[in-house]
Amino acid sequence: MSSPTAKPPVPAGNVTTRSEARWLFISRKLLGFLFVVALTFLALLAVTFFIGRIIPIDPVLSIVGDRASNEVYEAARIAMGLDRPLPVQFFSYVGDVLSGDLGRSVSTNREVISDLARVFPATLEMATIGIIIGVLIGVPMGVFAASHQGSWVDHIIRMLALSGYAVPAFWLGLVGLALFYANLGWVAGPGRMDVYFEGLIEPVTGLLLVDSLLAGDTDVFWNAVSHIVLPALILGFFALAYIARMTRSFMLDQLSQEYITTARVKGVPGWRVLWVHAFLPIRVQLITVIGLSYAGLLEGSVMIETVFSWPGIGNYLTVALLNADMNAVLGATLVIGMVFIIINKLSDVLYGLLDPRSAR
Amino acid sequence: MNRLQQWLTDESPETRWQANLGRSWRLLRMLMKNPLALLGSLIIIGLILVAAFAPWIAPQSPIGQDLGNRLLPPSSEHFMGTDELGRDIFSRVIHGSRITLLIVALVAIISAPLGLLIGAVSGYFGGWIDKLLMGITDVFLSMPKLILALAFVAALGPGIENAIIAIAITAWPVYARIARAETLTFRQSEFIAATQMLGASNTRIIVRHVLPLCTSSMIVRMTLDMAGIILTAAGLGFLGLGAQPPLPEWGAMISRGRTFILDQWWVATMPGIAIIVVSLGFCFLGDGLRDVLDPRNEGQR
Repeated sequence: MSSPTAKPPVPAGNVTTRSEARWLFISRKLLGFLFVVALTFLALLAVTFFIGRIIPIDPVLSIVGDRASNEVYEAARIAMGLDRPLPVQFFSYVGDVLSGDLGRSVSTNREVISDLARVFPATLEMATIGIIIGVLIGVPMGVFAASHQGSWVDHIIRMLALSGYAVPAFWLGLVGLALFYANLGWVAGPGRMDVYFEGLIEPVTGLLLVDSLLAGDTDVFWNAVSHIVLPALILGFFALAYIARMTRSFMLDQLSQEYITTARVKGVPGWRVLWVHAFLPIRVQLITVIGLSYAGLLEGSVMIETVFSWPGIGNYLTVALLNADMNAVLGATLVIGMVFIIINKLSDVLYGLLDPRSAR
Repeated sequence: MNRLQQWLTDESPETRWQANLGRSWRLLRMLMKNPLALLGSLIIIGLILVAAFAPWIAPQSPIGQDLGNRLLPPSSEHFMGTDELGRDIFSRVIHGSRITLLIVALVAIISAPLGLLIGAVSGYFGGWIDKLLMGITDVFLSMPKLILALAFVAALGPGIENAIIAIAITAWPVYARIARAETLTFRQSEFIAATQMLGASNTRIIVRHVLPLCTSSMIVRMTLDMAGIILTAAGLGFLGLGAQPPLPEWGAMISRGRTFILDQWWVATMPGIAIIVVSLGFCFLGDGLRDVLDPRNEGQR
């Protein structure tokens, strides 16, 4: 751009415009992210509103009882705002949700939002440990399978990955409980901790492993560990299956590239070709995969929590389902859906931001 | 046999019928070379046969109770044992294959054509129709499927029909995406333009020319999705929201066996094995079909 005769600090000026362009790019991405998330969330609200409206049970009848006179019924209907046109009802529903009012749970008789705040950390704790297990085992497995393509190890890893799509999580949980808890006694049973530890630890973060360490109570900590190991391992297995499968396929793509052959011909050591030349370029794609499977684990915990009586949001949802506690069902659906959408879209945005090709 | 083979692999088929049969024959041979795909097809064919002949295969009635023989371990007489009402678990698993097949088939029949149509219309017309339809599709794609299905069943009420509807509602967006991507690849091609110039209506072009070309990638995707559909249906059954007792649905059977898992492990374990075998069958077949029908994915195996 600048001729050699022009001495002024062109490079410096160039750098600022480039970083400005980068900031513009990032902020545009983030704005787009917020817009998409807001739009998707609105659609999610529309879906839950629709589900709440089409429920065949009359919401008024469940409050006043079927012996109420017509006047009482009408009064309750108006008090609940059900006489207003649907669009008005929808907007007031959106307003309620945005101000954190998800209604009252019939079965716990508390605000749904405070119920959810209480149970969410348990799910977060389990899913986080699950994804850590999935990444730590799944990624090396995928890399290994790709570098030994066609060998028996590759076939075993492929089978393992496929079985992640074929084994019901609740069944694996039951069999795991029967085997490792009842027969072998290696792990503790259902629940987050043994009954006699219940209430000893004051919840600070809500994450039991963290809270017990903060309180310096190692007994509770190890008890909690022995309770979380099995469900987290099972969740981790499903994350592992997906992550290993995707890592393998990304790695195979890279390993068939010509620059890999060049590196090998130049005499670069095998491990370096594998982990530096081939693995580093796929890290951005992997982040998306890990994000997606993390979101999937939050969803998958519904089944696992039911089996393990884990007091998280999934268990809360299924208990509410069985009690036909609609406010709680819709509240839990909204929260899980919201977290799912955010992680989902965030990994999209991260992909765009981290991919060096899009940074230019 | 040899002449038949020659006729099938003829390079210049005389009729469309011969060309189609020849193509199927070549695909079938390629598929059979893949051992996993072969295993998968055998499992699926087995499932269909078992479902069709369930009353003749099952030694006992799936719902007849026999309280004198409750919770017997697997033996030569009841070779998967009996459940808490003395029913033969093997007979129930055999009859359960009918329910599984019904769920899978109905979900596919509802969601695939819906997704196919939305995707093809979206890709063919483009413009604001495309933006609107794909916007809706994306919204549904980025929502958690299982949770949404749970909420739908909660509203519709438990039962196998409602479970099928709920799963189908959450399953179509993927097909719409695929059909759209597929449509875009040949939207500008000459045979579409030629058909337009012949005066064919948009409906005719979409139905006769666009949709048939989307089917092969749809079949691959559907086969791969079957395992997920089976797992979701079983999960709904396990939570008591799907098929209701005394129907021998595999997920509901696992749920009944949950109480006895510590002492009578077979009650919950056996139906789970059936789920795994059938789901794996669909996974294997889907993987094999993808390799055969979708050459672009060749490198990604």
